[in-house]
Amino acid sequence: MDQKILEIDNLTVEFMTRNGSVTAVENVSFAVKKGETLGVIGESGSGKSVTSLALMRILDTNGKILSGELVYSGVDLKRASNAAMYDIRGREISMIFQNPRASLNPVRKIGKQLEDVLCQHGLANKYNARKKAIDLLATVKIENPTARFNAYPHELSGGMCQRVVIAIALACQPRLLIADEPTTGLDVTTQKVILDLVKDLTTERGMSMILITHDLGLAANYCDRAIVMEQGKVVESGCINNLFLNPNHPYTKKLIRATPNKSSQLNQLLPSESRSSCTSYLEGSHQSASFNHKRREPKNQRPLLYIDRLTKEFPIRNQIFRLPSLMSFGKRPKEVQQVFRAVDNLSMKINYGESVGLVGESGCGKSTTSAMIMRLVDSTEGWIEFDGTDIGSVPAKHFARSPIRSKLQMVFQDPTDCLNPRFTARQSISDPIIVLGSLNSKRSLDKRVDHLADLVGLPKQLLERFPHQLSGGQKARVGIARAIALDPKLLILDEPTAALDVSVQAVVLNLLQELKCELDMSYLFISHDLNVVRLLCDRVMVMQSGRILEEGETGKVMVEPAQSYTRDLINAIPHPPELVPQ
Amino acid sequence: MMYPQSRVGTVVRRLGQALPVLFGVILATFVLTRALPGDPAAFFAGPAADEKSIAEIRKALGLDRPLPEQFLVYLRDLSRGELGTSISTGQPVSEELIRRLPASLELTFLALLISMIIAVPLGILAAINPGKLIDHICRILTTAGVSLPTFFTGLGLVFIFYYILGWAPAPLGRLDFAYLPPPHVTGFYLIDGAFAAEWDTVYAALSQLMLPCVTLALFTLAPIARMTRASMIQVLSSDFIRTARAAGLTNYTVLIKYAFRNALLPLVTTLGMVFSFTLGANVLVEKVFAWPGIGSYAVEALVVADYAAVQGFVLSMAIIFLILNLIIDILYTFIDPRIELGN
Amino acid sequence: MTVIINSKPAIKEVVADLESRSASETTGSSRIAHSIRKQGSYIWYILSSNSVSLIAFTLFILLVLLAILGPLIVPYNPLATSAVDALKSPSWSHWFGTDQLGRDVLSRVIIATRLDLLISVTAVAISFVFGSLIGAVAGYFGGWFDKVSGRFIDTIMAFPLFVLAMGIVAALGNTVENIVYATAIINLPFYARVARAEVNIRRDAGFVHAAKLSGNSDFRVLAFHIYPNTLPPMMVQASLNMGWAILNAAGLSFIGLGVRPPTAEWGIMVAEGANFIVSGEWWLAFFPGIALMLAVFTFNLLGDCLRDIVDPRQRT
Repeated sequence: MDQKILEIDNLTVEFMTRNGSVTAVENVSFAVKKGETLGVIGESGSGKSVTSLALMRILDTNGKILSGELVYSGVDLKRASNAAMYDIRGREISMIFQNPRASLNPVRKIGKQLEDVLCQHGLANKYNARKKAIDLLATVKIENPTARFNAYPHELSGGMCQRVVIAIALACQPRLLIADEPTTGLDVTTQKVILDLVKDLTTERGMSMILITHDLGLAANYCDRAIVMEQGKVVESGCINNLFLNPNHPYTKKLIRATPNKSSQLNQLLPSESRSSCTSYLEGSHQSASFNHKRREPKNQRPLLYIDRLTKEFPIRNQIFRLPSLMSFGKRPKEVQQVFRAVDNLSMKINYGESVGLVGESGCGKSTTSAMIMRLVDSTEGWIEFDGTDIGSVPAKHFARSPIRSKLQMVFQDPTDCLNPRFTARQSISDPIIVLGSLNSKRSLDKRVDHLADLVGLPKQLLERFPHQLSGGQKARVGIARAIALDPKLLILDEPTAALDVSVQAVVLNLLQELKCELDMSYLFISHDLNVVRLLCDRVMVMQSGRILEEGETGKVMVEPAQSYTRDLINAIPHPPELVPQ
Repeated sequence: MMYPQSRVGTVVRRLGQALPVLFGVILATFVLTRALPGDPAAFFAGPAADEKSIAEIRKALGLDRPLPEQFLVYLRDLSRGELGTSISTGQPVSEELIRRLPASLELTFLALLISMIIAVPLGILAAINPGKLIDHICRILTTAGVSLPTFFTGLGLVFIFYYILGWAPAPLGRLDFAYLPPPHVTGFYLIDGAFAAEWDTVYAALSQLMLPCVTLALFTLAPIARMTRASMIQVLSSDFIRTARAAGLTNYTVLIKYAFRNALLPLVTTLGMVFSFTLGANVLVEKVFAWPGIGSYAVEALVVADYAAVQGFVLSMAIIFLILNLIIDILYTFIDPRIELGN
Repeated sequence: MTVIINSKPAIKEVVADLESRSASETTGSSRIAHSIRKQGSYIWYILSSNSVSLIAFTLFILLVLLAILGPLIVPYNPLATSAVDALKSPSWSHWFGTDQLGRDVLSRVIIATRLDLLISVTAVAISFVFGSLIGAVAGYFGGWFDKVSGRFIDTIMAFPLFVLAMGIVAALGNTVENIVYATAIINLPFYARVARAEVNIRRDAGFVHAAKLSGNSDFRVLAFHIYPNTLPPMMVQASLNMGWAILNAAGLSFIGLGVRPPTAEWGIMVAEGANFIVSGEWWLAFFPGIALMLAVFTFNLLGDCLRDIVDPRQRT
């Protein structure tokens, strides 16, 4: 029972790049026992994916296994022949990846793709392959498997595609499944369903699994043991409970601390030395709100942002295949209607100095709403009032010249995409000041940019760099600096930390809270992650299908949600075990 | 799903989209050739004519009417299949073109066939074996091939294979003087000769065809091989190939069933561009090899500013091209299932 | 495809991340000049690291020098005829031999460099400027302009391009300027399409939204934020296109359009020399043809190298 089916010993993998050779994985050792689920936890650049690609021997051509032993059930994977590897892949060891739709052949029916794998490994012939494929689809709980056999990947949702990928992986009853970030990119509720399915199937068949993830909550809920990787090395390993309750290595401690759980406070995400005065007040205060003790009483009863019956309709052309640019507003292919209501009679208000969260899964319309508030997109109907002025009636293309433009700013989701690749950081931050500000000389402009860089904690020498020379966290700071350059009153934060590592996320969230204190702004924080919203926001609104389903004080909504949808959302979030406060 | 007859709908829509393009082509051709320098009326009347007879001839030809009216007359004639009369030969242009078309088509199709048979496997092999000898050969061939002037290669081949080696016959047209063309069925000597079982004629026609075909094939080889290689490389590095490999599918399955089918898509779209170049290169090859096709007809007509002939040539080339592109577009909808449901 | 939430990078991005990490850790002081120097030296590094690109670059410089210095370095007067020297094969006194009128082929080939390059560069420049403007405006604003310009471009592309060039030169008259215009017109669609596609891709990018939030008007966004980003792929296009433009111009002269005797131009020299191939005097057509080929080859290689710098994913 305790036998090891996979043993990795001192594995080192190297890549040849333009700048010379880079060691992606260094002296990594771990083992997987029969029937156990091992978690491989790490942030980007930790080498976790490279390890699994190496043992499957499907590395890119410029990757090489320099040294180490890879033994699977007595078979030496490093020295096995190509023919032996064909046999092992899919039949003994299977792998599933992130981005499920891209993992399937776009021009081949999914049923046929299943048949290919079955026939390849001799588990079916051309007579019974179809039936076996349909049975497999049923095992992964795809409805109407006979009809879905003939579907193409682009006709299925992300969750369904991942089920198909799982079916392909499990088709030949392998003994080891490697899951490389299998739920990244899926909604939180779908994520739970998919992982539960995988866990059920592997337990049923006595399979071992390696779950590679950056999400500690996932690792805590689905793994028996785990190893933690940093920069290509294993820094700690052990059984899951021990790892979370008694971490040894400073990196592990940092990761655990930075992952928000049910009761963490914003300032607890960082080590005590880095905590700022603004957020440290929160210790001992209510479980929910991150009240700013300097928060002033609202200047007047008028809200800062008032939205009434906001609606946005898109005309549907009779086609299902859409270009990615339309998809950026988070829509999935829908049934044909005359028009599609992305936002439906939405009303809300944000007060001065308040921080409001807007939570919803993809396709709920939150991005469209924020685009309309920002006046990047015109609404179909509805009233938008900002600081007492009607801004909804100004068409989007003229709003750039409005005097209110500088007071409404946004921090975008993807730090890479939101910076002009040909502008240095300084130029990106200066742009709004040059266009809308009133500074006269270059010197005062530079001084202002330097001051902003200080505010966001960006070292000054990084200002002359281009985006491709900056890390994710640094790019995020540049985006924030640009957004606050003109002292806006309302800042919309559109999933600002979604694409960042969890340790960087902790830093950025604390930074955002500090800035809110110092510069007296209001926030509209858009996210799919209720945990993160809870840390920063006084009030939260839950959105679904273009409507606000529920709203209220964050604490109340998280503890006693009124709607079942909200309850589902809350329950679907995987949490690491509660920590003793440090 | 939504539209049961979606493919038919797509085809009909493509045809519909082709109509305004056709109209644009006709209009453009008309504008172009009305701007030709030289006065056809004066040409017809002859050097000794005086002002009055030139004016009369102009009136008879309809050249004194306002341009929009001329255009409508032109449209009416077109619908009847009349492309005007060639000034230099006095024959109706449409008859000349139809008579000469098979020569050009035979040349083009054979050349395209040869080049695809060589280029596609070459591109695939080069993509599968990056950095090896075959890859370098492919890259050199394509970069050089794209740089070769067609007329230069043609001349080079004539020099080597006719003058020096004596293997090829003299570049004087489709058939040597000693042979008569086979009875006309399609106009393609190879096919007609086979129908009539005149095998020595077929052989003679083939030997005349060889050099111009190879010249044209060399020209089209390069972009096709290049596109195949690039497309295969791109597909081979995509996620679903990694999944297929991880599932243990053999190299052959992965390459052909999975990778190549996907790589075909951009390849098919480049075929349109390749046809465009080929129809242009055709003109040059026909001049070098004295091939009696529509290309050489046009070149002769251009030099003497025979406007009806040039107009007819440009228009017919454009229509052939339009039809080819339409076929490619429709073919594409069949091989890409993502396009099936509508646009 | 939904918004990618919490997407973690694939292998390539991991490697890129590692690369940038090691690269960014090495620089100490950073001034604007330094980063420009870094960009420039990076380009030089790419060009010189690859022997192929070094060759391409050298040939390019050679061509430009020949074009500029042509008349100064020719051994003989390219137009001087001499009946007694006609049809002499290559020798020490005439490296490329003489043609049927006794003119030195080497001198004519060198002189022709200037004319051919001038024609192609002018044609490509015109089509680049107009094509990219039309494409950029169409790609950004869409609407009626996109539809109308799209129809216009489609009409041009509906013709086999060389045939259209023939028609245009025939229509406008048999002069060198008209060769330039004809070549410019048939090249326009490439730039328009590339520009339109590149602008379209970036139209919904985060930094474009950010630029609008910074108060930039549509015009400013297009001109200062989007357009500079489309320049690298367009440069690649232009370089590849140059080769094709040269081939086009030579092809037109070959069939008797454009350049007239006794002007020295590669295409017309091959045409004149063609008559002598069958009687064995190969040098009249060979040397201009080789020069033509080398010029086109150089631009194609250069375009490939530029593409490697600009977008390594599309390496050929």
